[in-house]
Amino acid sequence: MNSSESKTLSFWEDDGRFSGIFSWIFTTDHKRIGLLYLYSVLSLFAVGVVIGLLMRLELIAPGSTIVGAQTYNAFFTVHGVIMIFLFVIPSIPASLGNLFLPIQLGAEDVAFPRINLLSWWLYIIGLVFILISLFTGQGAPDTGWTFYVPFSEYTTTNVNVAVMGVFILGFSSILTGLNFITTIHRMRIPSMKWTKIPLFAWALYATGWIQVLATPILGITVLLIFIERTLGIGLFDPAKGGDPVLYQHLFWIYSHPAVYIMVVPAMGVVTEIIPVFARKHIFGYKAIALSSLAIAFAGSLVWAHHMFTSGMSDTAVMIFSFLTFIVAIPSAVKIFNWVATLYKGSIVLEPPLLYALAFIFLFSIGGLTGLVLGSAGTDIHVHDTYFVVGHFHYTIFGGTVFGMFGGLHYWFPKIYGKMYNKRVATTAWGILFIGFNMLYFPMLIMGIMGMPRRYFDYLPEYQLWHVISTVGSWIVAVGLILMFYNLYRGIKDGEPVGKNPWNAATLEWTTLSPPPKLNFIEEPELTRGPYDYKGIENDAQYQ
Amino acid sequence: MTHNINKDYIGAKIGMWLFLFTEILLFGGLFVLYSVYLHRYPDEFHIAGSELNVYFGTANTLVLLTSSFSMALSITALQKGNKKLCMILLTITMVLACVFLVDKYFEWGAKIHHGIYPDSPTLLERPKGEIIFFGLYYVMTGLHGLHVLIGALIIFVVLILVAKNRVTSSDFVAVENTGLYWHLVDMIWIYLFPLFYLVV
Amino acid sequence: MHAEEKHIVEFKVLFKVLIALFVLTGVTVLAGSVDLGYFSVVVALSIATAKACLVVFFFMHLKYEGGLFKIMVLLAFVILSIFIGFTFFDVAFRTN
Repeated sequence: MNSSESKTLSFWEDDGRFSGIFSWIFTTDHKRIGLLYLYSVLSLFAVGVVIGLLMRLELIAPGSTIVGAQTYNAFFTVHGVIMIFLFVIPSIPASLGNLFLPIQLGAEDVAFPRINLLSWWLYIIGLVFILISLFTGQGAPDTGWTFYVPFSEYTTTNVNVAVMGVFILGFSSILTGLNFITTIHRMRIPSMKWTKIPLFAWALYATGWIQVLATPILGITVLLIFIERTLGIGLFDPAKGGDPVLYQHLFWIYSHPAVYIMVVPAMGVVTEIIPVFARKHIFGYKAIALSSLAIAFAGSLVWAHHMFTSGMSDTAVMIFSFLTFIVAIPSAVKIFNWVATLYKGSIVLEPPLLYALAFIFLFSIGGLTGLVLGSAGTDIHVHDTYFVVGHFHYTIFGGTVFGMFGGLHYWFPKIYGKMYNKRVATTAWGILFIGFNMLYFPMLIMGIMGMPRRYFDYLPEYQLWHVISTVGSWIVAVGLILMFYNLYRGIKDGEPVGKNPWNAATLEWTTLSPPPKLNFIEEPELTRGPYDYKGIENDAQYQ
Repeated sequence: MTHNINKDYIGAKIGMWLFLFTEILLFGGLFVLYSVYLHRYPDEFHIAGSELNVYFGTANTLVLLTSSFSMALSITALQKGNKKLCMILLTITMVLACVFLVDKYFEWGAKIHHGIYPDSPTLLERPKGEIIFFGLYYVMTGLHGLHVLIGALIIFVVLILVAKNRVTSSDFVAVENTGLYWHLVDMIWIYLFPLFYLVV
Repeated sequence: MHAEEKHIVEFKVLFKVLIALFVLTGVTVLAGSVDLGYFSVVVALSIATAKACLVVFFFMHLKYEGGLFKIMVLLAFVILSIFIGFTFFDVAFRTN
């Protein structure tokens, strides 16, 4: 094969040193690693969804319906651990970020390709630990994904193995963040200044910092659980002078910023999609870039709003409640700018835009309910109720996951060189959207009525809402199956596409679909800004 | 197809510093606990702290500071093209690390011999603040000691790489990054030392 | 590509830093034998921070690095201070 052929050879074919499956699991190509992650996290998502469906099935009637209390406790713990640590936290950065960050910057790969591979392997090893914790000894942990002391210290379930898995997964996340920060600093083509990088990259940059600075606290926290369980040191045990509330501080010092690891990349995806499908430059580029950094910073100041009822001081309650309101501001800036971008735009209602619009709607509901929770007075009433469950599913599922689905539909043609069936995609979206609201809106209602979370049994007054919610879960399942099946069919026999089916302006749309191994045939030239669509249909680089 | 990996010196250092930040925050979580409990049990910390041997602690501090010095020197030596001196200094650094660990072994050994160890009956009879003090002592110096051990191993690996000319005076970032790690380990001890040995 | 300055820190500078570190160690040990109550902790941490600065700026070459590195290091320590400091909003104001 001559050198010009090898330059255009798709990354799917270009195996490198190994062959067969080894050319994938030992790859250092960021695109292959991105796909390894994509398929891994989506598989775990499926597992998490199944557990969620089982939980909803249990809750369709009061009393024990399909499982007993202990199993239910294990269900919601494992659902949380899988969804958070094995799906949402890696989701967009590790899959779409890995696939497209270098290409958007004009680079050949990330700064540390081998560490990138290590990140994925750590993910897999962490996954194995979690799986072991489910099926050995006294069974899956039943503490909730938050592993609160004192219960996590003396429950006989497999907490030790599970927290080891979480520790390893944390390290995987840290390495991804470290890699992306360095990549964005060092690997851009020289003409791409900071004010020209795509806003998806800005989002990944902010996220990377949270990953690097906050995740280690999770590391030490789970390490301390392990040490408490094995050595009985007593740092959180009142009988030995410890304070269990300190555990909660340490846990949420990570886990609050973690929700911004989850949502900021999705916001980045939405920011990529909206201008393309409004055919209009993003409104307020700098504001959006800075708002990502502001969310990352402000989000590190508010963790104890998860602890209003924990027994901490009134002073802390008031301060953290006040600070929580501040973090809503940069998020609102983004929403305003997205809507302002759409205003008087030339709307092209394609599936990626549908998911981006759904994100705006669903995340707004999530964010507003967050204010109810962040306001200490109202939080007393809704803490540990279904209102919280509704809130975080609106933000994480309605926000991050819908954002990820939008990203999948947006970048699908670039990854696979084909287009999916847009009508089926739209139908699946509609089913998902309806099902989603049916599944989660009743939770907000139930929560205010007093339905506690993490309960498998409840009083009859809540049943109507539980039934609606469970039926909603079935509709969501149908929507998900249809959506993924449609994408699968697209991979198998979708229509081939050229470089730029959406007429977008970021650099990934100047290269082949799918891209070659080194991303570009020649080093790309920056001839327009990332959201500058003028004359793009006639711009040879993009056609 | 082989492709020249352009080595990015500054990028490698950025990556290493970012990793150091994760270590700072990892220990940082323990410092959160320490600061809260010091605030809550000032007298018990004072009493328990006086049971730690200041001489051991000071000696260990001086050992670690000197090892940081020899580590920094080894980088300068390599940058100046003096491979042999670099290797000697790396070896000295490793030896000092081992001295630290041996000291620690004796310190911990003495405490354990006297029945002061996590969850020991002797310890549990003490006031709560003292139980917490020793709990933090073991966890924090233990985690630190683990990092000293890991650091010593990394220095050993880098020593081999220098010997084999895989790390040279024109491509020395591996030694520099190893140095960064080692200095961080030293820096953590700079804080642990007064907080545990000098709370009197 | 950026110009890559590979700064060499001379043996003499490093030696002076080591002496300073030894002296500060002596000072902190002496200070530790004086009971200043709460202030003792402040003194101990201040001396430790001075030593840490010497290690960071000279042994770790931060003095010779560009502004980017300095900002990053500052950021990491600021974040840690926030984590410790904000926890005290709770711990220092408990009424039970």
